[in-house]
Amino acid sequence: MVYEDDMTFTDYTLGQEELERIENILEEDLVKSGVHSVLLIDMAGNIIAQRDNGSCDHDLYSLAALASANFAAVDTMAKIVGEEEFSLLFHKGESESIHFSKVNTEFLLITIFGKEVSLGLLRLKVAEAVQKINDVWA
Amino acid sequence: MAFVNMKTKEVQAKIVYYGPGRGGKTTNLEYIYSKFRDRIKSDMVSIKTHGDRTLFFDFLPFDIGKIMGYDVKVQLYTVPGQVKYDATRRLVLKGVDGMVFVGDSQVEQRKKNILSLKNLQENLASYKKSIFKVPLVLQYNKRDLEKEGVPLLPVETLEKDLNSQLKVPSFSASAVTGENVVPTMKKIISLTMTSLQNVMK
Repeated sequence: MVYEDDMTFTDYTLGQEELERIENILEEDLVKSGVHSVLLIDMAGNIIAQRDNGSCDHDLYSLAALASANFAAVDTMAKIVGEEEFSLLFHKGESESIHFSKVNTEFLLITIFGKEVSLGLLRLKVAEAVQKINDVWA
Repeated sequence: MAFVNMKTKEVQAKIVYYGPGRGGKTTNLEYIYSKFRDRIKSDMVSIKTHGDRTLFFDFLPFDIGKIMGYDVKVQLYTVPGQVKYDATRRLVLKGVDGMVFVGDSQVEQRKKNILSLKNLQENLASYKKSIFKVPLVLQYNKRDLEKEGVPLLPVETLEKDLNSQLKVPSFSASAVTGENVVPTMKKIISLTMTSLQNVMK
């Protein structure tokens, strides 16, 4: 067993410039498309970047902790039934819905949106944003 | 795996309370929540069964102020203690920065403490972390039961059972009365911050 304890911090590094690029993507691609709030979190539940439309008052730290745990639980369930992963993770509510998208092995994109945005459009916009976020590291 | 945001000068660190079922992990967090209610902006999140047992985890975000110019947010988590919830327990450990092991001082729980600590070692190893290197504090909980005539393990026995190899800081505590709950938390925060500070310089 090789231990990796020297790696106390996240395996990824994000400088100020990269964070700004990511925040820009969240703003331009998602908030301007009508989503209420969007979070980039890591698999441990830390918030990496966040943008919203200014009228959202959710408890985002709890949301991030629950979202990462939820994603990990669903991912484990997928493995148990022999799937590599479940591709669509989406919770529909009366007025708010939540969409989860895996960005890469470290990050998740959590989007909160209302009835005025269709799931189809949202998935398209999220897929574009995910691609752009991955390009930040490229 | 704490996250440091260089732009907002914010650090998020994850501290997990581990230990056997019904040992007092959730009660530790509940005490901290009630004690620091004015400083904790959000509600404590608990995912539990109808029988009030932790099903997935409890979560309490806690702003501890500025350290070396960074706003430090500590995220306190508990795991479900029951043996059958090992899969979810392991998920909560993902990205952990510091650990509190809450042992149950009752004589009849002796074996469960030892098994739970061993389980922690195995689960940390699944993330390639060594229990000997992760910041860790032991808490011997339920010392208040002594007054009620419940047979308790002497602290020396608990030290021998759980801490003879680890040699980490330990506290005799009562999560119900709050005795040594805050010192336990302060100790693990300080150990965790020490382990992180090289990167924050």
